[in-house]
Amino acid sequence: MQPIESFEVPAPPKVNYINAKYGLKSWLLTKDHKRIALLYLGSITFFFFIGGLYAMMIRLELLTPQGDLLQSTTYNKVFTQHGIIMIFFFLIPSIPATLGNFLIPMMIGAKDLAFPRINLLSWYIYLLGGIVTIYALLAGGVDTGWTFYTPFSTTFSNSYVVATGLGIFINGFSSILTGLNFIVTIHTMRAPGMTWFRMPLFLWSHYATSLIMILGTPVIAITVVLLAFERLAGVGIFNPALGGDPVLFQHLFWFYSHPAVYIMVLPSMGVISELIANFSRKNIFGYSFVAFSSLAIAVFGFLVWGHHLFVASQSVYAGMIFSFLSFAVAIPSAIKVFNWTATLYKSSISYDTPMLYALGFIGLFTIGGMTGLFLASLAVDVHLSDTYFVVAHFHYIMVGGALMGYLGGLHYWWPKISGRMYPEGWGRFSALVIFVGFNLTFLPQFIAGYLGMPRRYHAYPPEFQVFNVLSTAGASILGFGMLIPAIYFVWSMRYGKIAEANPWHLPGLEWRTQSPPPTENFEVTPIVTWEAYEFAPPEETEVVGKFGPELERI
Amino acid sequence: MQGWIPLVPESASSFSWHVDALYFYLSGVTLFFTLLISGVLIFFTVRYRRRTPYEIPRPIAGSHKLETLWTIIPFLIAMTMFGWGAKLYFEQYKPPANAVEVYVVGKQWMWKLQHATGQREINELHVPVGRKIKLIMTSEDVIHDFFVPAFRTKADVVPGRYTTLWFEATKPGKYHLFCAEYCGMNHSGMTGSVYVMEPREFDNWLAGNTSNTSPAAAGQQLFQTLGCASCHGANGEGGRGPTLAGLVGRDTPLEGGQTVRADEAYIRESILNPGAKIVAGFQPIMPTFQGQVTEDQLVQLVAFIKSLPGGTGATPGASPAAANPLPSPRASGSPTQNIR
Amino acid sequence: MSHAATQDAHGHPALQHHFENMEQQREAGTIGMWVFLVTELMFFGGMFLAYALYRSFNPAAFASASNHLDITLGAVNTGVLIVSSFTMAMAVYFTQVGKTRPQIICLVLTLILGLTFLGIKAVEYHDKYTDHLIPGHLIPSRPFGPAVQEEGQPLDHHKLHLLPGATVRQVEMFYWIYFAMTGMHALHMIIGAGLLTYLIIFSLRGRFDPEYHGPVEIIGLYWHFVDIVWIFLFPLLYLLGRHFEHG
Repeated sequence: MQPIESFEVPAPPKVNYINAKYGLKSWLLTKDHKRIALLYLGSITFFFFIGGLYAMMIRLELLTPQGDLLQSTTYNKVFTQHGIIMIFFFLIPSIPATLGNFLIPMMIGAKDLAFPRINLLSWYIYLLGGIVTIYALLAGGVDTGWTFYTPFSTTFSNSYVVATGLGIFINGFSSILTGLNFIVTIHTMRAPGMTWFRMPLFLWSHYATSLIMILGTPVIAITVVLLAFERLAGVGIFNPALGGDPVLFQHLFWFYSHPAVYIMVLPSMGVISELIANFSRKNIFGYSFVAFSSLAIAVFGFLVWGHHLFVASQSVYAGMIFSFLSFAVAIPSAIKVFNWTATLYKSSISYDTPMLYALGFIGLFTIGGMTGLFLASLAVDVHLSDTYFVVAHFHYIMVGGALMGYLGGLHYWWPKISGRMYPEGWGRFSALVIFVGFNLTFLPQFIAGYLGMPRRYHAYPPEFQVFNVLSTAGASILGFGMLIPAIYFVWSMRYGKIAEANPWHLPGLEWRTQSPPPTENFEVTPIVTWEAYEFAPPEETEVVGKFGPELERI
Repeated sequence: MQGWIPLVPESASSFSWHVDALYFYLSGVTLFFTLLISGVLIFFTVRYRRRTPYEIPRPIAGSHKLETLWTIIPFLIAMTMFGWGAKLYFEQYKPPANAVEVYVVGKQWMWKLQHATGQREINELHVPVGRKIKLIMTSEDVIHDFFVPAFRTKADVVPGRYTTLWFEATKPGKYHLFCAEYCGMNHSGMTGSVYVMEPREFDNWLAGNTSNTSPAAAGQQLFQTLGCASCHGANGEGGRGPTLAGLVGRDTPLEGGQTVRADEAYIRESILNPGAKIVAGFQPIMPTFQGQVTEDQLVQLVAFIKSLPGGTGATPGASPAAANPLPSPRASGSPTQNIR
Repeated sequence: MSHAATQDAHGHPALQHHFENMEQQREAGTIGMWVFLVTELMFFGGMFLAYALYRSFNPAAFASASNHLDITLGAVNTGVLIVSSFTMAMAVYFTQVGKTRPQIICLVLTLILGLTFLGIKAVEYHDKYTDHLIPGHLIPSRPFGPAVQEEGQPLDHHKLHLLPGATVRQVEMFYWIYFAMTGMHALHMIIGAGLLTYLIIFSLRGRFDPEYHGPVEIIGLYWHFVDIVWIFLFPLLYLLGRHFEHG
């Protein structure tokens, strides 16, 4: 078979999107999706480290059961702000606003997103939301938990609830505009020949994510408005003392916040599909199943919010329906995992850093997804809800899932983004450290949770200490592991090896232009005549429809 | 608790081992799939590692049969989990008719409990082994959650409504009681203990805590002082307002043709928001008592109304009527005399 | 985008550099607005849910509060908005066929009708203010506290007539929903008026033609959406209660 050599690329890059213009103004007023992606990259990294700092404070505090490091009021603010920063200002924008922003136009062969000015606007809105939130944190912080449950948040909390809510409200519009931009771009901007089923799966998952963003985010926006309205005007929207219904808030909140989990993990699944296919030089097994499972997750994701309310005085029958639907939403995720695994069969697997993250993702996401079944199962959830089991579960999804995908994707596309290679050895080492540290942090929390340790506890009974010590030890390793890429990415921007146009020798459209790409992405609009992940000519495709051949050899 | 790290908490209620069994089933399936996926993953990664830099494997088109297989099998497994979990949940949340009732009021950051016989406890709950206990819970301020890991049960305690929880303790001992819904500054201090005792010990403990008015008796006094008796009759026999005796557990026809199964929540709503559900044949003349009665007093009124003859009040042993005999209807004279 | 012309010799001056042709640009704009309207739908959806829930909790109070709204002003406003939708649709049509004068006249009419709606709404809000019906302490100097019509006293339409079973507190529930929904709607109207002003200015400068009428079309979509929201708000807030009273 013919080896994949570099595709024909223009002569060594002279002008690219980074050096096309200089000066702060050229960055702050840019309408180039790639530059906006970098603006996002910088700002979410900033928020990630703030959130990480809070995480460290939480873990240090929980090292001992007495609650002696921080006061309870401080601790409550720390875990609240950890959640708010990590979810609204890191995880939700993480992959879509950086990798998605950078790659969606390139992968469909377009010059930019459909609405470049709206794209820039969304970054400014994000920034404004971030500044308002940071102001709230500096002014005194917020102590309601990231869930803002009423009536605590509306009537009883003395912290900066409205200011934080305003920050989240503003930030929501950045998410909506990003989602809107992606949907329109994928609908209208595809290059000639780029049919829906030739699109890389990264785009399918971003399409599904965008659907959630535009359908879910407005609901949290109005919920936050009502919350602020109640707090400022003293009307009883959610306050039972004034005739309101506190559980209505939970319904509205989770109607967004459960699908929001899929906003975090779906783009990551898209990245993993890219990594698995490209680093094993194989087309994705069951492409259309993986593509449609993304859409299925987006749709089903909106029907399961009630599983957060199994113990919140919801009716038994509503609980049963939500439980059933929650089990149903697990199936598309399972389909993805099976297809990724099957893709590796008879492939050619490299051990580059992005692939290590992808393999790690599959393992961790399997654990995260399967433990979700415990929480969907009614009777077990009654025992487990609001315990550390829940904490461990969603960190497996959000860190083990979303963050692993983000880091894997960042390594994979770093040569394209920066025009430089990251140091491969350090990359593999840190991937390993992060994997080990992560598991050590969160595996013990499953056990502590089943033993009954409630979450959001500042002090806890001493019998839980052993799990917390393990967790804190793991978190230190995890934190150390996170610092390594932060350092070498910055280092590589100046000292890294110059990257070729196609350092991994891949067929994707984004690799068929120089690294870093020119402002217009492609010299001429490409015409797509190949399928996604087409490493070998299609006539060589092995057709398997029977259960026999592939199972026998396993 | 054998070994140095326990995997499950102590098991002290009638359904705790049911929950554990389901938990072990879920853990088994999780372990199986995690090992299967990672095993296959590692095997493929080693077996199909890249041997030469330019090798290109043959593409494989997907297989509809395999896709169907790994859609249906996980779905069927998930359905066993769903069915099992739902069945247990249904049993857990359907309180038995003959349970002893304990009233729970949560507030920042303490639990106030009162037995039907009048004993009050703070952050502690004493219960006998082998008797079904039903907690009727509400909150004075924010949402709390009554969580006893050893019983494998919890329920949110929501202001403005009653939630219930029931269990039957099986093993004497002292167990953690946690607040499991974040409730503000001292959330982690809103803990306590549940003492499960042998029935005889429990009776001694009850006897040692005398001089309490039962909630029902206190409720009866309130019923008089708040003027409820003027319309509903001193013993709830009715008048301008509907009859209250024997109300609880009965289907009550409403204005507009609907019916409602009268329970604690309905009584509570009718006191605070009388216009919400008007009993058929009556005028909506009752004023609201919102802001005039505390949660504790509401609980007492509810207990009194439930204790009225004909109602399905507490169990005979703990019946407030027995502890605090009510004046018989005849002795208090004709109902109409009580109406101003 | 003035430099767009250099990109494509045959391109329309309004063609942005990253689009292949006007067709693609117009399609992107239209789909974008539809997607945005879906977002708006979900935004209002949260409030419709709250309305449905609290109405079922407090039917009598909602009926009483609804009776206190001025049905005449509400009906007139409904008519005003329906006519404005018509003029907006005509503006889009005239842009598409390239008749600039009638197009500008229709846009101005739409703007005037929109402002009329807002004016009438302001009168209604002021009535609520005089009757102490602004919920909570939204206006700190004038907290919620309407006078209640007592039985036997002469009828005073500034006083709240409570139907049996309704309380003033529950009526407050109605009014926060009323103000939240109509307030959000009015905010959308104000934004719409701003967009119309932009359209009028750019039409006067002759920016739009049959080739390039995307902005008129998508702002038209927005305007119709805002009208439709009102078409739902009017019966829910003004009419449903009255029926309840007599039924």
